[in-house]
Amino acid sequence: MIRQEQMTVIKQQQIADTIFELTLEGDIARGMAAPGQFVHVRVADSFEPLLRRPISVASIDTENGQFTMIYRAEGRGTTLLAEKKPGDKLDVLGPLGNGFPLAEAGKKAFLIGGGIGVPPLYELAKQLNARGVETVHILGFEGKQAVFYEEEFRSLGETHIATVDGSHGTEGFVTHILNGLPKDFDTYFACGPTAMLDALQRALEEKKGFLSYEQRMGCGIGACFACVCRTTKNELDYVKVCSDGPVFPAGVVIS
Amino acid sequence: MTDLTVKLPGLELKNPIMPASGCFGFGREYAKFYDLSELGAIMIKATTVETRLGNPTPRVAETASGMLNAIGLQNPGLEGVVNAELPFLEGYDVPIIANVAGTTTEDYVKVAKRISHAPNVHALEINISCPNVKEGGITFGTDPQIAKELTQAVKAVSSVPVYIKLSPNVTDIVSIAKAVEAGGADGLTMINTLLGMRMDTKTGRPIIANVTGGLSGPAIKPVALRMVYEVRKQTELPIIGMGGVSSVDDAIDFLSAGANAVAVGTANFVNPFICPEIIKALPARLNELGYDSIEQLTGRSHSL
Repeated sequence: MIRQEQMTVIKQQQIADTIFELTLEGDIARGMAAPGQFVHVRVADSFEPLLRRPISVASIDTENGQFTMIYRAEGRGTTLLAEKKPGDKLDVLGPLGNGFPLAEAGKKAFLIGGGIGVPPLYELAKQLNARGVETVHILGFEGKQAVFYEEEFRSLGETHIATVDGSHGTEGFVTHILNGLPKDFDTYFACGPTAMLDALQRALEEKKGFLSYEQRMGCGIGACFACVCRTTKNELDYVKVCSDGPVFPAGVVIS
Repeated sequence: MTDLTVKLPGLELKNPIMPASGCFGFGREYAKFYDLSELGAIMIKATTVETRLGNPTPRVAETASGMLNAIGLQNPGLEGVVNAELPFLEGYDVPIIANVAGTTTEDYVKVAKRISHAPNVHALEINISCPNVKEGGITFGTDPQIAKELTQAVKAVSSVPVYIKLSPNVTDIVSIAKAVEAGGADGLTMINTLLGMRMDTKTGRPIIANVTGGLSGPAIKPVALRMVYEVRKQTELPIIGMGGVSSVDDAIDFLSAGANAVAVGTANFVNPFICPEIIKALPARLNELGYDSIEQLTGRSHSL
C-alpha cells in the first residue's frame, strides 16, 4: 500500500563523490517488499523546490522499519536532501512502482548497474542470494571517486567494476566486462542510464532480462502522464515508468 | 454548522473543492489514497475524439515555485473514456465535469454530444486553452469571435451545462469571457496554464521536448487571481477558479475574488491528499474569518 509519511532520518553519510546514503525509519519501510521500488521525497516544506524527487531504495530492513536510499546530490533538491541530519523528518510517499521479479531469476543471474542505477541492485542481490540464486555483479562508474558498495556486492557474489576513465577496475563500460564473461546465466537485471540499457538489450538479445528505467517524473503515481514511454507492442501503446514500471521486461520499452 | 455546499448550473457541490483537469487523470490513482466521494466534483483529463499518445518526453520541467508541462492531451479517446473511465467513477458519489478538447469544431461537437450523455457527467468544461497542441485548442481561446462560435456549437449539442475554460495567454481575458457568455456559456473555468519555457543552461536547449509548456503551480496564483477578479467584475456567470491553489487560504482567496468554486491542480502531484485536506480545513477557516457559508464569502473582495 502506498502511504505518505513523515519518516525519521536515522543516518546520513557521504559514501563517494557526490553520492549519499540515507537511512529512514517509519511504516513505509515495514510495507516494502520488492527490490526495485522507489520512494518520492519532498525535500523542503516550501514551494522551492516544488516537486518531489524520485529516489531508488538500496536496502530494506522491514523488521526494524528502516530502509536505505542512495542518491547523487547534484541538483537543488538532492543538495537540500544531503543536508538532512539524524532526527530530522522527511515527507516520503511510497513505496512506488513495481520492482524486479525475483521468481524469474532462475539459478544464476547477472546484475548490471551503471552509476546511480547501482543502488536498487544491492537489495535485489541480497534477496536473490537469500533464495539461493547465484548473482554476478557488473557495475559501472565514472571513475574511482564515484565507486560505492563494491565490498557489499563482493560479499554477495562475483563482482566486476568498470570505470569510464580506467581509474578503478576495467577501463570502459559494463558492456566491455560483459563481452569477456561466459553468458552462463538464466536472467539479467539492469538499472542505469538509458544508453546502457539499450546497449545491454542489443548485446543480450537472446537472454531473458528485466530493466529499470529512469524518466523525468511529476506525480510518481501514474496521474500526470509525464514519464510515459512508447512500447514495441504498437504505435499507440505506452507505459508509465512510475506506475507501470520502473522495471520492465527486456524488449518492451522504446527509449 | 458551516455550509460548504455550492449550487452551480448542473452541479450540486458538497463543497467547492475539485481536482483540476489533467492533474488527476480519471481518478483511479487518487482513489487509492482516499474516497473520491469526499470531493466537490472531479474535472477529468481532457477527452478527444481519437486516442492521443501526446507529446515526446521530457514533458515536464520544474521551475521556481511551479512547473511546466507539455503532455499533449494524452487520453484514451472518446470511446475509451466513455466505456472504461467514466463507469469506474460511477462507483463514487461525485459529479464529473468532463473536459472536452479537439482540433476542429466538429471534434468538440462530437465529444460534447456523446460524453454529455454519460450518466455521471453533470457538466462539460470546454478546453479552448490547451497551449500544448499544435492545432486547435488555444486558437479557439484567443479570438473572441471564434470562441463564441465554438461555444454556440457545443451548447447546441450538449445535454448538460457548458463551462468554457479560459486561457490566460491573451491580452484581454474579459473580452473572451464576454464573448463566450454571449455564445451561451453556462459558466467559466479559469485559468489554464501560462505559456512558458525553461532552458538547459549548459546546452542552451529548451528542456521540454515540445519547446514550450504550460506553467502551473504557486507561481501563477497572482495572475489567476487577478484574472478571476477582472472577469467577475464584468459577468454574472459562475466561475470555477484555479491557478496555483495549494492551501485552504489559496482557495479562500479565489472565492473572495469572485470564484464560486475552486479547482486544485499541480498541488495534487506534490501532496496526493491536498483536496481532502483543504475540504477538511475549510469550515474552521471560514469561521475564523467570520463566515458561515461559502456563498457569504464568494466575491467579497468586490464589496469592500
